This record gives sequence, C-alpha cells and structure tokens, in this order.
Amino acid sequence: MTRSYDLAIRTRGLRKVFGGKVAVRNLTLDVPRGEVFGFLGPNGAGKSTSIKMLLGLVFPTSGEAEILGRPAGDVKARSKVGFLPEHFRFYDWLTPAELLKLHGRLYGMSQSALRERIPALLDLVALTPHRDKRLQEFSKGMLQRIGLAQALLNDPELIFLDEPTSGLDPFGRRLVRDIIKAQRARGATVLLNSHLLGEVEITCDRVAFIKDGEVVETCALNGELKEQNTVAIRAGRVTAEMVEGLVQFTSSATHEGERLTLSLASSAQLPEVVRYLVTKGADIYEVTPQRLSLEERFLRIVATDGGM
Amino acid sequence: MGIWIMAGVTFREAARKKMLWMALAAGCAFLTLFATGLHFQAKDFAAHGMSPILRREISFTMLTMALYAVDLLAVLMTILTSVDTLSGEIASGTIQAVATKPVPRWQVLVGKWVGFVGMLTAYIAIMVGGVNTVTYVMAGVTARHLFPGFLLIWMESVVLLSVTFAFATSFSTLTSGILALGLHGLAFIGGWIEQLGAITQTQRAVNVGVIASVIMPSEALWRRAAFEMQSPLANAMRVSPFSTLSVPSGAMVFYAGLYMVLALAIAIRRFSQRDL
Repeated sequence: MTRSYDLAIRTRGLRKVFGGKVAVRNLTLDVPRGEVFGFLGPNGAGKSTSIKMLLGLVFPTSGEAEILGRPAGDVKARSKVGFLPEHFRFYDWLTPAELLKLHGRLYGMSQSALRERIPALLDLVALTPHRDKRLQEFSKGMLQRIGLAQALLNDPELIFLDEPTSGLDPFGRRLVRDIIKAQRARGATVLLNSHLLGEVEITCDRVAFIKDGEVVETCALNGELKEQNTVAIRAGRVTAEMVEGLVQFTSSATHEGERLTLSLASSAQLPEVVRYLVTKGADIYEVTPQRLSLEERFLRIVATDGGM
Repeated sequence: MGIWIMAGVTFREAARKKMLWMALAAGCAFLTLFATGLHFQAKDFAAHGMSPILRREISFTMLTMALYAVDLLAVLMTILTSVDTLSGEIASGTIQAVATKPVPRWQVLVGKWVGFVGMLTAYIAIMVGGVNTVTYVMAGVTARHLFPGFLLIWMESVVLLSVTFAFATSFSTLTSGILALGLHGLAFIGGWIEQLGAITQTQRAVNVGVIASVIMPSEALWRRAAFEMQSPLANAMRVSPFSTLSVPSGAMVFYAGLYMVLALAIAIRRFSQRDL
C-alpha cells in the first residue's frame, strides 16, 4: 500500500457537476512521486476539469483530492506546484522577463533568486532573443514556451502540463520532451495532458485512459505496451514455405507482395527472425518494429462509442 | 505580500495600456476648458461692474458645476476601468496562472481593489484639486469644505468600485458594467425625486429617494459632497443637481461605508468560492 505522502497525486471518487452536466464522474487515481504520468482521453472526457480540481481552480462536487500530501488547492502545496494552463493566457502587456518576475514574486521567490533564475529559464525555452518584446507580439508557440518557463520557475515538485505541445513546431516539441526528461531526472512528478499520443508514448512512464470522467484503465508504457511488438519486414524472394516456417516465432504472420508483417512476443526475437529469413534465401531490405501504438490502444479503450 | 504584488500589477497594467495617461490627458483638457470658461466669466465681471457677492456666487456655481462633472467622470472612470479586471481575466483564463500560485484568492482580489483605489484616489485628487486651483487663481474661490468634499466623492467612487467588483465575480464584463451603471442610475434618479419631493414637500417622493439611496448610496454621497463644498447661498438653490434641500445625513455616509465593506466582502467570498 502506497502511503499518501509518497504520492504526488491522490484522488478518491472525485466528481464535478456543472449545472446538470457531469464533467468528472468518479476519478480515482494514485500518481507516485517522480513519475511522468499521462492523461489521455477524448475531448470532453474531463481531463482539464480534473487538473483544475487538483490545482484548486475548480471545486469538486464530491470526493477527495490531495496533491503532495495536502488537500488540493492548499496554498502551501501550491508553492511546490508548476502549472501550464491549456490556453496559456498571460498578461500580454508584459515582456517575458517581466512575466517571469511577476510569477516568481507570487511564488515568494527573492529578487536575487529571480535575477539568476529568469535568464536561465529564458535560455532554456530559447526566448532570450525576444526578452524585450511584449507578449502580445508573441506567436502561439512562443507563448507556450514562456508558459512552460513560468511553470518551472520554482523548481516544482509537481508539474501540470495541460496540452504543452499543441502550439509548438517540432523544435518546440523536442524542447518540451527534453524539459520533461530533465524534470523527471531531478525527481519531479509531471502530469501531462496531451492529445498528441506520440508525445505521450515517448515521454510518459504511465498513462490513464479517461472516458466520461472516469479512469477506464491505467497502464505502464515501459512494460506491457512496449513489449507487444509488431514488425514489418520488406523482403524479396520470400516463399510460402518460409512464411509457414515463421510459426516457430509467431502465431501471426502475413505476407503480401514484398511486405511481411508479424507479431512478436518480444523484440528480442527479431534478430532470430531476420537470421532465419536470410538463411532461407530471402533478401531483406528493411525491418521496421511497429509497437502496438498508443493510438490503437487509445481507440480501442476510449473511442468505442465514437467519443473522438 | 500578494496584495501589494497584485496592486502593483494593476497600476502597471493601467500605465502600459495607456489608461492612466489617457485619463490624465482628458483631465487636463477638462481643466483647460474650465479655466478658459472661467477666464471669460471673470473678465465679464469687471466689464459689467458686478457686485462682489454676485461674483462670488457665480464663481461658486461654476466651481460646483465643474465638481459635478468631475464626480460624473469619476463614476464612469471607476466602472469602465475596473469592470473587466476580474470578469475579463476569468473569461479569458488569464486568472488561472495567477490563482494557482501560493497566494490566497482574497489577496488577488483585494490587491486589484487596492490598485484601483490608488489610481482613483490620484485621479479624483488631481481633478478636484485642479478645479479648485483654477477657481482660486481666477476668481479667488475654493470649495467651502474641500477635504470632506473630496473624501465624499472618493468614497462614492470606492463604493462603486466595490459594487463593480462584486458583480464582476459573478457576471460577464458587459453584464457587470450594465448592472453597476444601472444601480448608479437608480440612485441618480432617486436623488432627483428626493430633491423635487423636498421642494414640493411630498414626503412620499422623498421616501422614494431615500429608499433609492439605501439600495445604492452613491448619489447620496455626491449630494453630501455638494452640500459640504458649495456656498450656503447655493445650498438654498431650488431645482438643480446641487440643490441640497434634502441633505443626506451622517448616518447615510456611515451606511455607505458599510455598504462598501459589504460589497467588497461579497466580492471576496464569491471569488474565493467560485470555479475559475
């Protein structure tokens, strides 16, 4: 049994009803400290509302929520939390350095700490060349990057990133990935809400699939999901005999033109498969491991009734 | 601490968005126009060989007129500048990054309130002080009780600010503006009904005015301010916005103070308990 103070996030039967509409039905979730946790679900599944309840922006109708061992919304807990809101709206008449200074002061950081921290963060999110522009001149991606810097100001123990890559170019996405990795390395917990499943797959340790305001399933991404491998092989001179012989490695092998597709229990089997085919006289041009993507999993779990 | 940070942000926002400078520029234009009018009036005094008592009364009337305009400007300035700060930030989501910082929500709201009170104090002081300086230099006249008059106009503005904040924690910017202005309009018309009732000695009309002042005491504060500032002779004038036949009592001023505190308390309570 995980103790409550070992958990960065703990919710029990969290529920939110707006008017007559149930936004979050029954959210029960444990996120241990130090984990990068993904929140997945179709639009309107209640992900953002759940994050807002954990941050104390929205008050639950019923249920319990704790962050870092304190009730959600607690002012002390908030001093150890960073948050990038989904719509990242900030005072756009400020320059990025001024915005960071304002938020740093709201965190209670000293002037001297901010003098060091602000240039370092502007560097981190590659906004130093734009430090004297006002935010109203910023593109969506730049706003998102300054929002990210704002969420890291206080070296938070728990970071909520609500759609952090939605406005970013590939460079920006890479930046976010690297930042999340760095945060994990220093022991911070990250809750990532993203529609970009590829991003989640690369970044997260574990994900929760949310549907209709409930956790439908949670799974670790470094375990079961990544081990269910499909491999596509482009090969010439493949005979029906060779395909039949693949039974020793897999129960599912299909052959169409130059393309062989097979499911493997483990990626460790892949060299043996290639060796077998070469020995039998096939010409191998390309081997592409295809993990059961998070997208397939996502569609299977949450989109059964057209939720997407 | 959070209060001062938010008050500073509010001030800086007004300066950056040129609100502060535009208000000052409009104020200067107003004072220039008033000074020009008074200048021509003073020249005519000499040309017509008017008696000193009449000169004094005309100058006083011009002063009260200008102060009445300042009061109306202060009312509009209060509502227009402050109405979007809460509802706008709630609607756009700007408040989210602020409200998730380790600062209690009441400090965010009170900080903004303090920022606006500071700006409005400066604005009203400059305008009331400016108008009085102009009449003093050009006609040798200043308000009878200048400081209490200033305080009452200031209080009217702070009452309206608190009411606007209370609305803005529940309604959209537009609705809040309409409600705050509408409430002041009700007080305004109530004030006139009360004056007319006093002239025609219709007690029930006076009561309607008093009830309007209980619902919104802003206009009553102006009428008390006018009473404090204008000459005793002008106080006896009949139908005019400056007529003080039915002068709001000290108890009404005290009630207005309570009203302001209550409106601010409602704003704090609502802002602290609502979803953002």
